[in-house]
Amino acid sequence: MNEALVVSILVITIRAGTSLLYATLGGILNERSGILNLGMEGIMMMGAATAFAVAYHSGVIWVGLGAAVLVGMLLAAIHAFLSITMRADQVVSGLAMTLFGTGLASFMGQRLGPGGTTMVGLQGPSFQRIPIPLLSSLPFLGQSFFQQDVMTYALYILVPMLWFLLYRTQPGLHLRAVGENPQAADAMGVNVSATRYLSTILGGALIGIGGAHLSLGYLQGWADNITGGRGWIAIALIIFATWDPLRAVVGALLFGGINAIQFRIQAAGTTIPASFLNMMPYIFTIVVLVVITWWEAISKRVGAPAALGTPYAREEKR
Amino acid sequence: MSIVFEKRLVRARWAPILVPVISIFLALVFGALLLMAFGINPFEAYRVMLQGSLGGGYAISETLVKAIPLMLTGLGVSIAFRMLFWNIGAEGQLAMGGIAASYVALFLSDRLPAPLVLPLMAILAIIAGAVWGGIPAFLKAFIGVNEILTTLMMNYIAILWVEYLYLGPWRDPAGYGFPGSAPFPESAWLPRLTGRVHAGLIFAIVAAFLLWFILTRTRWGYEIRVIGENPRAARYTGIDIGKNILLVMLFSGGLAGLAGMAEVAGLTRRLYGLTVGYGYTAIIVAWLASLNPWGVLLVAFLMAALLVGGDQIQIALQTPAAVALVLQGAILFFVLGGSIFINYRIRVIRKADSSQPSLEGGGQ
Repeated sequence: MNEALVVSILVITIRAGTSLLYATLGGILNERSGILNLGMEGIMMMGAATAFAVAYHSGVIWVGLGAAVLVGMLLAAIHAFLSITMRADQVVSGLAMTLFGTGLASFMGQRLGPGGTTMVGLQGPSFQRIPIPLLSSLPFLGQSFFQQDVMTYALYILVPMLWFLLYRTQPGLHLRAVGENPQAADAMGVNVSATRYLSTILGGALIGIGGAHLSLGYLQGWADNITGGRGWIAIALIIFATWDPLRAVVGALLFGGINAIQFRIQAAGTTIPASFLNMMPYIFTIVVLVVITWWEAISKRVGAPAALGTPYAREEKR
Repeated sequence: MSIVFEKRLVRARWAPILVPVISIFLALVFGALLLMAFGINPFEAYRVMLQGSLGGGYAISETLVKAIPLMLTGLGVSIAFRMLFWNIGAEGQLAMGGIAASYVALFLSDRLPAPLVLPLMAILAIIAGAVWGGIPAFLKAFIGVNEILTTLMMNYIAILWVEYLYLGPWRDPAGYGFPGSAPFPESAWLPRLTGRVHAGLIFAIVAAFLLWFILTRTRWGYEIRVIGENPRAARYTGIDIGKNILLVMLFSGGLAGLAGMAEVAGLTRRLYGLTVGYGYTAIIVAWLASLNPWGVLLVAFLMAALLVGGDQIQIALQTPAAVALVLQGAILFFVLGGSIFINYRIRVIRKADSSQPSLEGGGQ
């Protein structure tokens, strides 16, 4: 393997990994408080559609990104309301979100182009890659890690911040306590509902950004079903990362790498049919899930927050 | 003053009917607002939808055509949901059933006696769907792998596989390069009852009866219900949860596989465009029907009406058919929000009153 090939694979790995990592981090923040969000695919889809539509019509990429953040928060708030206040089944609420978001995004995609036409094939503003002086001239790592867009660079700050928030601050401690044992957290004086609302809505913002980076960064444009299951892969990555933001980076790079290799094989011209290449991330997800679950079982560690998926009601003692 | 949810002593009897009805109404109101926001007259859109899906014999028959796969997959996922096994993979199981049935029709039918073709298609489709549903069940039962993700990933794999076949090796050589397999021979056609409504409808009704019988009249059904309602109690009474997961998923996947066979043999009569999302709508169908087999048949028909209506407004008003998906998601949201009223009532407390005696006392 020559250097150019390795670098080109690394570059795509990180570009593809960026949106996955945003979504995974959002999911971790969200699930740490005990709220399971299976609506990530739908929220990402809406993030991608909104970001592209708004950026296209306003011509300002940041306005598009902001709109995706708002939409992500709004959709997550619906999920939070159903899961927390109405104590609905979180699995079903998440699935409803995915169907709803996918449908609405597809609807928007067909109507929000110029003059009520389709958005497919339009060229809008996109995040430009900005080389960082000095660092970008490092061999291998320079081109791949330091010639990316702003959204990737933001992750270099966001990941350690999120880790610090979760493990080294009081709000982080409260958040994890709510996810592990809401009764005890409540007794400690933590407002369980408010904490869960906050973490779900902030998580939704990150998931929305994950979608926005697809249509404004990695794929640059709108296509029906643009996420192609990335929201679900992000959920698998949360499990892979054992709900730890630092490990999520490894997972996102792994799956970004799968995307990049798929890309390279296709570009190199191969007899393997594209359909089979496109199956790779999904097969890989299953394999990773099996390995990680099996490993957790034999090492007797549990990554998931203990109260994940269970509504909390103070007056009902269990 | 504060508003609290208070647990009912008795489940509200009216709620399981009233909640879905009100939810559908509220979802339609929401949909109307959405259509208006996009500059579409909602009354006109709903009129076209209703006319196209339920107005007259032809419209109803087209709705039934779409209801058949929803019924079979809805029944399949409902039995899995009963024991809280989240089978999101009906779409992929349906696809695999369609592939297996198409294989028989395309490559074996000329070597088989004609009366054996359809039964073999059905059997292989059921097996294919069962295997596709059985893999995640196996992984869940023996390793504990999250079934939501595995069933879902297997959808993507199956969908790509179907596409590969009808775009690649199974593409009709006489099809002028258009996607899709060669047409099936007549021995592989499922008989039609009226219009395009095929015998898959009979499969669905028989399956609903079978499911109702299993759930209410057999020990197996009892075990499934116990696992779903109280997994801990199930374990203490010695019910083998792993075995049940596997069996239920073979059954669930088999029904979805049969839906795939009914689609290719009854409707398209070749392998093409099989995966249009029935497996996902099935989740809504099962949930709205409270997992009741007869309810599934009814709700599948209503959801099919919504889908046909969506197609109609796309044709008549150039409104995206995705409106139907949005409405389905919205209905589910409202049902979920409303479900709390089955077990809780709203109480408005005028003043914080800590002196009020509480039955729940202090001790845990």
